[in-house]
Amino acid sequence: MSSSKNMTLNLKVWRQKSKDAEGKMVDYQLKDVSPDSSFLEMMDQLNEELIAKGDDPVAFDHDCREGICGMCSLMINGRPHGPEDETTTCQLHMRKFSEGDTVVIEPFRARPFPVLRDLIIDRTALDTIMQAGGFVSVNTGNAAEASAVAICKCDSDLAMDAASCVGCGSCVAVCKNASAMLFVSAKVSQLALLPQGQVERRDRVLNMVKKMDELGFGNCTNEKECEAVCPKGIKITNIARLNREYMSAALF
Amino acid sequence: MSPTCCHSIFTSSVGRKYIMAITGLMLSGFLLVHLIGNYLLLIDPALFNAYAHKLTTNPLIYGAEAILILIFLTHISLAIKLTLENRQARPQKYYVRKLSGRGATWASSTMPYTGILILIFLVLHLIHFKYGALYYATYDGVEMRDLHRLVIEFFQLPLHVAIYVATMVLTGFHLSHGFWSAFQSLGFDHPNYFGLIKKISLLYAIVIAVGYSFIPVWVYLSPYIAGGTH
Ligand code: FES
Repeated sequence: MSSSKNMTLNLKVWRQKSKDAEGKMVDYQLKDVSPDSSFLEMMDQLNEELIAKGDDPVAFDHDCREGICGMCSLMINGRPHGPEDETTTCQLHMRKFSEGDTVVIEPFRARPFPVLRDLIIDRTALDTIMQAGGFVSVNTGNAAEASAVAICKCDSDLAMDAASCVGCGSCVAVCKNASAMLFVSAKVSQLALLPQGQVERRDRVLNMVKKMDELGFGNCTNEKECEAVCPKGIKITNIARLNREYMSAALF
Repeated sequence: MSPTCCHSIFTSSVGRKYIMAITGLMLSGFLLVHLIGNYLLLIDPALFNAYAHKLTTNPLIYGAEAILILIFLTHISLAIKLTLENRQARPQKYYVRKLSGRGATWASSTMPYTGILILIFLVLHLIHFKYGALYYATYDGVEMRDLHRLVIEFFQLPLHVAIYVATMVLTGFHLSHGFWSAFQSLGFDHPNYFGLIKKISLLYAIVIAVGYSFIPVWVYLSPYIAGGTH
């Protein structure tokens, strides 16, 4: 039980009826927000009020609400997933805000992420990149004996770090160039570091970068904003690895 | 060599990163050599003029100049193209955007602007010096351009000194992001050395900004300093 009192917030929310409709920021005042509620529970509370008044609820993405699926997004006061480091929107708590705060809520924006409705965007582009090479081809059957292929702890740790990317797209959202480099570098790294990823290693990096470029993401200029806001703490050392992978794949 | 080699290097986002990085590093090297040459000016006018004379009368200079121009043009034109592409990648702007404080810096977010200002400076620089007034001096019977006199005269005007120094400071900012960025783009990320690269990057930027700025300031102030001692 928290001792702090419930608060009133001034919300500015992006409302857009459909993909092709004009959108705009709409102001809502929301009273009685518990500091113990999560950000998405606060959104639920807003929607209940809107529905009670006969308005359309605000559409937003979410699924697991425990920080593992990458479905939630939201640009909160100019930062993807809000003010707390290494935290997804669904894991963000309202105690991070104070009485009377203005909270600006926008969808992630990038040319390859069209807004479908209100705060929901289409992130299919990230899946399309994965389909271009973010996989390993293995014969199906029983799972292989786990210790049959020895992997250095140093590599498995780095691969696990890269694999913690949930594909939410906050790196694209925050990048002034709307570049997807951090996402692609994590996906390339998690496989390039492991023996299972070696067979398709060369084609993977070439094809994924090619697809990323085709989809209209911008070019990375090494500003590191992506690393700073990534809810999973993915590092730009992965981007350096992608750059190396690409060089050896393209040249040799 | 793979069939995708050259095509993908020149067209993909990552390949063009390498081109920006390599041309950027080459220009960084040029700046350092140019800076060392400039300091001959403070050592001895004859030495500076003779150095410039040797450089410009060497037949290899045409090839070297052509390569330098090519590097400059590649770096600049690619930068413009990439910047325009990047603008298009987010057609609808955010209502509020906040920097994290741990990523973008003033230097990194102004790269296209400092770049354009440096380009304008570069053109003026060539007009003022390379294609500037032709003074001559003769040493040991060899007649050559008196570039020393041109430089000294040029920096008698405070406005010239101010513009020169301001551009060198901006160049320092441009380099402080560009230098380490080039290593990142080329794939260096060694845990032990990357911190060092960032430090060298900052040091290099300061050396260039201060090193270049010192000369016009010195040229401008030296008559006053010399006058004071008399
Ligand atoms: S809803 Fe699954 S990560 Fe937020």
